[in-house]
Amino acid sequence: MNPLVQLAQEGAENPLIPPIPELVIGLIAFVIVFGFLAKKLLPNINKVLEERREAIEGGIEKADAAKTEAESVLEQYKAQLAEARHEAARLRQEATEQGTAIIQEMKAEGQRQREEIIAAGHAQIEADRKAAAAALRQDVGKLATDLAGKLVGESLEDHARQSRTIDRFLDSLEDGASKAEATR
Amino acid sequence: MSADPTQVLAFETDCHIFDGCGFPAPGLHSFLFEPLWGDGDSNLYFNKTMLLALLGSVIIVGFFWAAFRNPKVVPGKLQMVAESGYDFIRRGVVYETIGKREGEKYVPFVVALFFFVWMMNLWSIIPLAQFPVTSIISYPLVLALLVYFTWVSLTFKRHGFVGFWKNVTGFDKSLGPVAYLAAFIELFSNLLVRPFTHAVRLFANMFAGHTLLLLFTIASWYLLNGIGIAYAGVSFVMVIVMTAFELFIQAVQAYVFVLLTCTYIQGALAEHH
Repeated sequence: MNPLVQLAQEGAENPLIPPIPELVIGLIAFVIVFGFLAKKLLPNINKVLEERREAIEGGIEKADAAKTEAESVLEQYKAQLAEARHEAARLRQEATEQGTAIIQEMKAEGQRQREEIIAAGHAQIEADRKAAAAALRQDVGKLATDLAGKLVGESLEDHARQSRTIDRFLDSLEDGASKAEATR
Repeated sequence: MSADPTQVLAFETDCHIFDGCGFPAPGLHSFLFEPLWGDGDSNLYFNKTMLLALLGSVIIVGFFWAAFRNPKVVPGKLQMVAESGYDFIRRGVVYETIGKREGEKYVPFVVALFFFVWMMNLWSIIPLAQFPVTSIISYPLVLALLVYFTWVSLTFKRHGFVGFWKNVTGFDKSLGPVAYLAAFIELFSNLLVRPFTHAVRLFANMFAGHTLLLLFTIASWYLLNGIGIAYAGVSFVMVIVMTAFELFIQAVQAYVFVLLTCTYIQGALAEHH
């Protein structure tokens, strides 16, 4: 029989009792692995992983920045467009208002000029009429006195009397004319 | 110990069924090795498991050296594989349990632990080696003790002397008189049982796995006689199946080991519960 089997049967070896040399070798073996990984290899790879992360995130950040810029430009453009539209609308509005105002002004001016012209015409006519009336009065008076002088044979030289007589005569003429007007 | 020191196989090869010899069942003796150097009766010797342990360390360091010695921002294939392993432990285990801010400090420790345990487990199915180093209690134990000292000293540093006892006992006055009983059980469970279960969980899994593999391997050979050959085929299929299963268990046990490590560290960092 295998001597190791005999040994085991004698109970000399309990698998739960750790042999000391194996403990030491186990510790050494693990420390070798831990030492190399912790001191050199994992810091190495961590650095590279960090670089990679930065490279990827750097790209993403750049794209983000470009996007933000594009958005801000678009925003600006839209704002400018809106402003321009607003300005145009304002100008149109202003022009309409100004046009209306000008038309109003022109109308008022025309009206005023028309009235002025009419008034001037009226005044002219009145003045002409008065002048005509005065001239006529004088002429009629002169004719009448001449005629009366010829008829009466005496010169009606007395100016005051003459005037009074003519006036009375003309007044009566005018009265008759206005009466005739009223009855018509 | 008079066994042949050049012995390579874990069982005697000259024995078959119907030959009148019994089944050379695997047992505790399957986990004992004649020293390659030195004297097995003293504490000064060098045997197969030690060789595998040191060789495993060299393989892990070699692998990561090749992958991370001169890492590139755009990784090569090897770097990619190593990175995904590293990232899995860093993010999937450490950040998940301890958190990024507090956990960053423990990443190298946990990563080294995971790959070390995994490699030591993997020896179980690597041809010629075919022995899980972690099925010798010393190896899981030394790792469990490292973890134990880490979280115990961390608890002291973080919470002070009184805080330490509060943390490990979970003492809570609102429980009334039960608090003392609960504190006692917690103390026992956390300070005494925890490192033991931490080590034994790994050890026992690998021990049992190796025994199962041995059982079917030995049976495949032992049954190679007469009608037994038919059964030997079944047994050999089981060897293949169990090898695949062990491959899975090895990774799972390494994962569980580091996950528990992180949980203990997290518990040490946490405020009193």
